[in-house]
Amino acid sequence: MNQKISSAKLILSDGTVFSGKSFGFNSSVSGEVVFSTGMTGYPESLTDPSYSGQILTLTFPLIGNYGVNKISELESNKIQVKGLIIDDYSFSFSHWNSKKSLADWLKEFKIPAAYGIDTRALTQKLRAKGTMTGKIVIGKNTEFFDPNKINLVEKVSCEKHQWIGKGNKKIALIDFGVKQSIIRSLVNRKIKVLKVPWNSNLKELDVDGFVLSNGPGDPALLKKPIENIKELLKDARPIFGICLGNQLLGRAAGIKTFKLKFGHRSQNQPCINLETKNCIITSQNHGFALENKMKNGFMKWFENANDKTIEGIKHKTKPFFSVQFHPEANPGPLDANYLFDEFKEKL
Amino acid sequence: MKKVLLLGSGALKIGEAGEFDFSGSQAIKALKEEGIKIILINPNIATIQTSENFADKVYFLPLTSFFVEKVIEKEKPQGILLSFGGQTALNCGIELEKKGILKKFNVKVLGTPVKTIEETEDRKKFIKKLNEIKVNSIESVAVKNLQNGLNAGKKIGFPVMLRVAFALGGKGSGIARNKKELKKKLKQAFTFTKQILIEKYLNGFKEVEYEVVRDKFNNCITVCNMENFDPLGIHTGESIVVAPSQTLTNFEYHKLREISIKVIKHLGIIGECNIQFALNPKKDEYYVIEVNARLSRSSALASKATGYPLAFIAAKLALGYSLTQIENSITKKTIACFEPALDYCVIKIPRWDLKKFRNADLKINSQMKSVGEVMAIGRKFEEALQKALRMTETGFNGIQSDFFSEKKEIEKELKEPSSERIHAVASAIKKKYSIEKIHSMTKIDKWFLYKIKNIFETEKKILKQKNNLSKELLLEAKQSGFSDKQIALLINSTEEKIRKKRHKEKIFPVIKQIDTLAAEYPAKTNYLYLTYNGKKDDVKALEKNIIVLGGGPYRIGSSVEFDWCCVNTLKALRKNKLNTIMINCNPETVSTDYDESDKLFFEELSLESVLEIYRKEKSKGIIISMGGQIPNNLALGLEKNNVKILGTKVKSIDSAENRNKFSKLLDSIKVNQPEWRELTSFSKAKEFTKIVGFPVLVRPSYVLSGAGMVVVFNEKELENYLKKNELSKEHPAVISKFIINGREIEIDGIAKNGKLVIYAVSEHVENAGIHSGDATIVLPAQKIYLETINKIKEISKQIALKLNITGPFNIQFIAKDNEIKVIECNLRASRSFPFCSKVIGKNFIDYAVKAMLNKPIEKTVDYFGKLNYVGVKAPQFSFSRLSGADPISGVEMASTGEVACLGTDLYDAFLKAMLAANNKLPEKNILISLGGEENKYALLKPIQKLVNQNFNIFTTKNTHKFLKFHGIKSKKLFKVQEKKEPNVLTFLTKQKIDFIINVPDKYHSKEWDPDYLLRRTAVDFNVPLITNLELTKLFIKSITEKRIEDLEIKSWDEYLKNGKTKQ
Repeated sequence: MNQKISSAKLILSDGTVFSGKSFGFNSSVSGEVVFSTGMTGYPESLTDPSYSGQILTLTFPLIGNYGVNKISELESNKIQVKGLIIDDYSFSFSHWNSKKSLADWLKEFKIPAAYGIDTRALTQKLRAKGTMTGKIVIGKNTEFFDPNKINLVEKVSCEKHQWIGKGNKKIALIDFGVKQSIIRSLVNRKIKVLKVPWNSNLKELDVDGFVLSNGPGDPALLKKPIENIKELLKDARPIFGICLGNQLLGRAAGIKTFKLKFGHRSQNQPCINLETKNCIITSQNHGFALENKMKNGFMKWFENANDKTIEGIKHKTKPFFSVQFHPEANPGPLDANYLFDEFKEKL
Repeated sequence: MKKVLLLGSGALKIGEAGEFDFSGSQAIKALKEEGIKIILINPNIATIQTSENFADKVYFLPLTSFFVEKVIEKEKPQGILLSFGGQTALNCGIELEKKGILKKFNVKVLGTPVKTIEETEDRKKFIKKLNEIKVNSIESVAVKNLQNGLNAGKKIGFPVMLRVAFALGGKGSGIARNKKELKKKLKQAFTFTKQILIEKYLNGFKEVEYEVVRDKFNNCITVCNMENFDPLGIHTGESIVVAPSQTLTNFEYHKLREISIKVIKHLGIIGECNIQFALNPKKDEYYVIEVNARLSRSSALASKATGYPLAFIAAKLALGYSLTQIENSITKKTIACFEPALDYCVIKIPRWDLKKFRNADLKINSQMKSVGEVMAIGRKFEEALQKALRMTETGFNGIQSDFFSEKKEIEKELKEPSSERIHAVASAIKKKYSIEKIHSMTKIDKWFLYKIKNIFETEKKILKQKNNLSKELLLEAKQSGFSDKQIALLINSTEEKIRKKRHKEKIFPVIKQIDTLAAEYPAKTNYLYLTYNGKKDDVKALEKNIIVLGGGPYRIGSSVEFDWCCVNTLKALRKNKLNTIMINCNPETVSTDYDESDKLFFEELSLESVLEIYRKEKSKGIIISMGGQIPNNLALGLEKNNVKILGTKVKSIDSAENRNKFSKLLDSIKVNQPEWRELTSFSKAKEFTKIVGFPVLVRPSYVLSGAGMVVVFNEKELENYLKKNELSKEHPAVISKFIINGREIEIDGIAKNGKLVIYAVSEHVENAGIHSGDATIVLPAQKIYLETINKIKEISKQIALKLNITGPFNIQFIAKDNEIKVIECNLRASRSFPFCSKVIGKNFIDYAVKAMLNKPIEKTVDYFGKLNYVGVKAPQFSFSRLSGADPISGVEMASTGEVACLGTDLYDAFLKAMLAANNKLPEKNILISLGGEENKYALLKPIQKLVNQNFNIFTTKNTHKFLKFHGIKSKKLFKVQEKKEPNVLTFLTKQKIDFIINVPDKYHSKEWDPDYLLRRTAVDFNVPLITNLELTKLFIKSITEKRIEDLEIKSWDEYLKNGKTKQ
């Protein structure tokens, strides 16, 4: 802590200013300001492509405690957030598996970060007004930039086909910004995964099933993938959608999406399986959701126990299903991990 | 389900304290919502759960299968709840099941089935269950005799860990480093258990626990995880605990969470439980340590740490509800089937009172010794840690880096921790020990050590800037949890000056809510804390509010009774249409349930915090007379800061607390008190003893439950005492005449504008010399002359008038030869308020609050000698937990809790109270060892009675000789230290003694008492022991008058109804 610490400001598009100090890369950046209430897993969150274009606020105040582990154990090959906002940064860290400090890691990927901010007050503001554009200013000022106006998926998706893992069953994974844990969850179950770019044609792929990955942004912008999925619905190969993949499957089936008043950005969302009545705790990170009105042979499958929004849909006869939460967890609870088993059984 | 029996946990003891009042009270609230009739058995009369308007029927009876069966037979409940009364209720439940009593009366166990309870309690079964689902448990061997135990130790390899099944707070557990230690520990443990588990000792592993909730539909969640600051080897009750875990990665957190759920589902627990893990700090490896299939101290802590009402939910689940059917009572918008997200950090620190016990081992280890705990909330670890250290009220203003100065001392403390190890860590940092080195000596995770180092760095900066403290540094200090006073002490300033400077710089704390979901959804919660790490208050000031200050950590001399007073004050204020704000920092209390007040601040009871809250809330006034001595001590400071204090004026409080002023006051109304002097030198003391004679009572002028008090019998001892305790003008000791064979009498009452409103006079069974907290107390007084009572009433009236008391008070008297002297006067609620209120059936607190609010009070009433039943309050000691401690009561309070029972007469109530305080009645063999002639003569006749009733009497040398001379036969045993057979030790080992009476000579000091070994051995072998003459007389009289079958089974309301006062 000997070097001089620069001051850092978080300025929201409505003019609110939060003052803190810089602990990451010293430069200014703008993006959509969002929050997550998870208490562990900052390395996993920061590498989640769903956060692409966003400045992430962590509501848990003590961050950096256990440093950062190997990137190959995380959710993608780089830090995806544009910036990080926290309250109390641990300049010293301790864990047997850590490779470096969070600050060093942020600097390596040139990601600005601020600490010393009343993240609870900030979260209350974001919750009440909806997520908004903001910027971290360290030194030279920068313009506001709204990432929702561009196709974020295009930026985080892969560029070419890639086979991963071994197994008797083959599936195509459509990469809208996939988390590595989804791939791990499939490969660990001896499924051979073909990762394809977000706008790939799907129908002609020689696979036993499809996984629609998570990803950033508004599903309504993704016209091409929706058309591709519509094609698949005519067929009967199993489809498993996760998060953004859930919204895309829904839209392909004619179900509308809308922006939630209070987005789900936590690791403690209770979801009830409407078939078994069982409730599981899930990890979530989304601002959009499917509307209640089911169409074209789909039925409600999971429901959020708190606000009753749709958390999963399922086709009544065909093996098409999807969930709004993250069964691959990381960060968050593993309660829904069994869904990968169910998917495998369908292949 | 229409009628349910709830078992409480009895007296507060080490390992089983106020947390079960909290869990039981919540269970009652949950059941009442369902319209279920609740029968409660709990002899702990000071609890909230045994108050009016809680359970439908309350039985103040011992929690043994004998009494519970009688109540079941009488009340015919359909269901029984076993998991809300700690290990006491659980063990009692298992016994009821084993004896077939539950089956016989068709009583259904609600919640976790007894089979599952047994599978978690019996280590062998438990490990088998874990193996079934391939979950790692610690390699261990269950042994049932000494030889097997020694073999197991050899097989596993030393050091090994001993664990005892069915024992609360890990009693009998410990680490054995070699065969000799193992042998000694096994022998001791086998006296109270049939099975001991010997296992690998996982040195330096982290200890992590999860609170798990499951419903009968197999929904299962973890409400909170917690991490111990101290690694494995220190009982979690002895450890500093942090919630949520701070050093676990997402992978570790969720791996352990996943295993928790898997285990709990496999065991089939319904309701709440806790699971403890050992986690390797160097690689991916874990072991399950244990599962507690009941509410526990940890679940109380988790409830307060998260705002999730675990006990309430557990009760609903026991009735068959699903987690998805219950709402989250904090948000009112979300459901109970979720896992709270915290946006703050919680730290629990235990409170120990080890130094109060002569000879007690001060080290902390795998045995629980702490008597209470505090919890602090902050948005920085440093902030929460320093707050918590202050909350323990042990004299620390935060972490104290100069507490240890010698390197040798520091290293010893780091390696063999006592309750002060955390300060040794700071001292080591100050002495430039590397974090690596401190880690290697303590095995405390380096992250925690770094945080302590941060505090020290801030301290260094403060020392550098001295009186030119910059605003930036002052803010940094406040954000790191430094109190104004702590800063002031560092730079030789005053608390007041720092506060002024801070206010000038506009550095104020903000109020944050505990909302269970880190602001993700809006929540209307009144559960609050203060932090300097924030910019915005979450809530606005409450209209027309009164602040009630709680009692702080439970400790010897102050526990659940003051919480009862506080909770009842809140209720009474609400009845008077006032908004209430509660401030307290003890997670084991009901007063910190957020539905008991309109706003709950889980905060320090310090002048600084109280002033900040008072200012922010624009409060109408503060009540300081209900939480015991801690709030009472704030009186002068609060008044100086223009805070409105309700009730008796601060000037009067000072007149009662200050010995000189109080003496003058008594002189002015011509009331006597034992002669006393302020003691500043040995020669002055000698002069005084020449006038009054020995023995004398010496004590420091600041007295908390008799700390540092001692009775001195001769000049030599006086000199020794004064050598050990430095005297000064600022800290003089007080010396007073000690009256032998005086009777102690207490009056508890309420006055309004100097006039008595309601009061009760009770007497001690023991003669003066036993601290009132350790005395057996009888109400109404049975043995005092009416004339004496009238005198006491008259004196009390005069004192009340003179001090113009408005609110609660307690005066203690000593009576001898018809002369009455005042020993002490407290202008606050006393320990015996709940006892008096409940025995009489009039809530004293209601009267006190009315008086303080200046509301009309219908009529004044007195209650002595006017009930046709008797209440007896008996102390509960926890000596068995405190290895080495001399199990004898004296002027320093030593009991950790109390019980009280009602009875048709003194003997009935007394025997029930003795049994309720975990004494067993002797079946056959009684060992008697009496010091001094007076004791021997006094007990001659009673012993004859015992012999007549065919008890076998064993005696030690002198007692044997004396009895023989008077024609009473007894079997002589040699004392432990005589090392000859037949020896007391042998008989105790072979469990051939049921009861021990050892009354030391009262004219001798305890410093060189030869019977210490006898008493200590009795406690170590779990044999009941009495050491007081009057108590022995009453005990013998009672057991020769009544058998256990003769004791009355009546509920509280039956006594009150039938026993209307004969006014």
